[in-house]
Amino acid sequence: MTAIDAPTQQAADSRDDIVIIADAPAAASSNGRFRTVVERVIPPGIVFAVVLGLWYFISYGVMNENRRKVALPPAHEVLLDGFLTWEDKAGLKPILAAMQVTGFVALVGLVIATVLGMGIAIAMNRAKWIERSIFPYAVFIQTLPILALVPMIKLWADTGVKGRIIACVLIAIFPIITNTLFGLQSTERAHHDLFTLHKANRWTRLVKLELPGAMPAIFTGLRIAAGGSVIGAIVGDFFFRKGSIGIGRLIDNYQKDGLRTAELFATAIVSSLFGIAIFVVFGVIGNRVLRTWHDSAARDI
Amino acid sequence: MTLIDSTSSSNAAETGPALSFDRLSMVFPDGTHALDDVSFDIRPGEFLTVVGPSGCGKSTLLKIASGLTENSSGVCRVNRDSIGYVFQDATLLPWRTVQRNVELLGELHKLDDTDLKARVAEAIELVGLSGHEDKYPKQLSGGMRMRASLARSLVMQPRVFLFDEPFGALDEITRERLNDELLKLFKLEGFAGLFITHSIAEAVFLSTRVLVMSGRPGRIIDDIEIPFDYPREPELRYDPLFAEISARVSAGLKEAHA
Repeated sequence: MTAIDAPTQQAADSRDDIVIIADAPAAASSNGRFRTVVERVIPPGIVFAVVLGLWYFISYGVMNENRRKVALPPAHEVLLDGFLTWEDKAGLKPILAAMQVTGFVALVGLVIATVLGMGIAIAMNRAKWIERSIFPYAVFIQTLPILALVPMIKLWADTGVKGRIIACVLIAIFPIITNTLFGLQSTERAHHDLFTLHKANRWTRLVKLELPGAMPAIFTGLRIAAGGSVIGAIVGDFFFRKGSIGIGRLIDNYQKDGLRTAELFATAIVSSLFGIAIFVVFGVIGNRVLRTWHDSAARDI
Repeated sequence: MTLIDSTSSSNAAETGPALSFDRLSMVFPDGTHALDDVSFDIRPGEFLTVVGPSGCGKSTLLKIASGLTENSSGVCRVNRDSIGYVFQDATLLPWRTVQRNVELLGELHKLDDTDLKARVAEAIELVGLSGHEDKYPKQLSGGMRMRASLARSLVMQPRVFLFDEPFGALDEITRERLNDELLKLFKLEGFAGLFITHSIAEAVFLSTRVLVMSGRPGRIIDDIEIPFDYPREPELRYDPLFAEISARVSAGLKEAHA
């Protein structure tokens, strides 16, 4: 682990402060670099080791062999059975296939939620009476537990991929609406005055002032919505059990089986990694778009 | 005879007020009495500054002149299509570069693109921001932001320029430098200026005429012609007559606060 990490760390450092490394005495710079490596690698490493140790302790120390297999297979078994096995009906292959299905559903749901949500927010921003009339329903959908929502979709809609997409949209749309609306409404008064003085119509005001100003908030909404959309796709599949197999049904299958807990763990890890990847992608896109002017994107993360 | 007549009549048209307030009063819906019976004219080529205590309705004058606020009584006469308004903050759009910010008003008025590009280049040159076209407001100092804001208004070649304490947030040196440059622009463009400030030195240095306003409700309590010719050199600020006039404005302000 350390052997792999250390060179990457070094490379990153030498990229960041080329000038210092070139100018400073070799001893001082290697000392400084050593300290950053220590600070960045050692504490997370210790926490990781503790978590892993605890895992093995419970697997082997607390549980007997039969229970271990069902409830908490040790880490290396998760790695072997879940990630290093590649068969049609076992190991990583069905997990990645299911992830592809769920990922597609989540993305389609996210796109629909974004277009719809931004449209609704723009309408709400246009007139107070529209905001007052629509907002309660947006809150209602948001506070409705997804476990209650999904069976209802089952009653009304096709429960294949379409039903899952509806579940995604219902979860993802609220953060899009609220964040877009917040962004549109936080436009500075003086900027509005400037546009009023020069007789800008509503459309010009929206396109040249309100929407660009709302971009930081919209990206925040997108990040939250993306996570929600993945959850919607998984929970929908878990309940509907129809159409191509996604992460939801795979989790259900492995959980019912009782002897495939290692793969269940692997499935959970893969879907979590997918969520992180989406989060990071939106973070990077947001930074690219906003870097030049907005403080939130100026920081190096 | 005919020749003299026509000249004098065209002169009359030229010297008619660019902006005129006639018995203007302003009472806000919440009952705040901001302005009381204010009357004055600004002719083209005149630079008039209003000083007064905070909250006396100075900024309300500009809001009424520009049409952002409706006055409660009296008349304001001005050609609203030819107004430049410089706000307290630079109010640049943070996601646009200097170039794109200066283009904004032309876009709003749907100016022809090549015409706009030429005007923008000229305005940026005039305020001394050449070479900074591709910078974002975040990368500029407060003074440079204000220059960009001035350039943005200059693009529309306004005949009446309203300034709402534009340099209030800047340090003294930057403020004086921008005052010098604003005067150059004023002489070059020949607009009518209505300037709001708290700074007595700024008021006397810039203006052809200074009005002192009382505390709320705002009334004009002193009207001072500033006799200095343009161009005015920075050293004018240390002239004894300059000090004398400043003292009179200051006395007026003390009375206004009383």
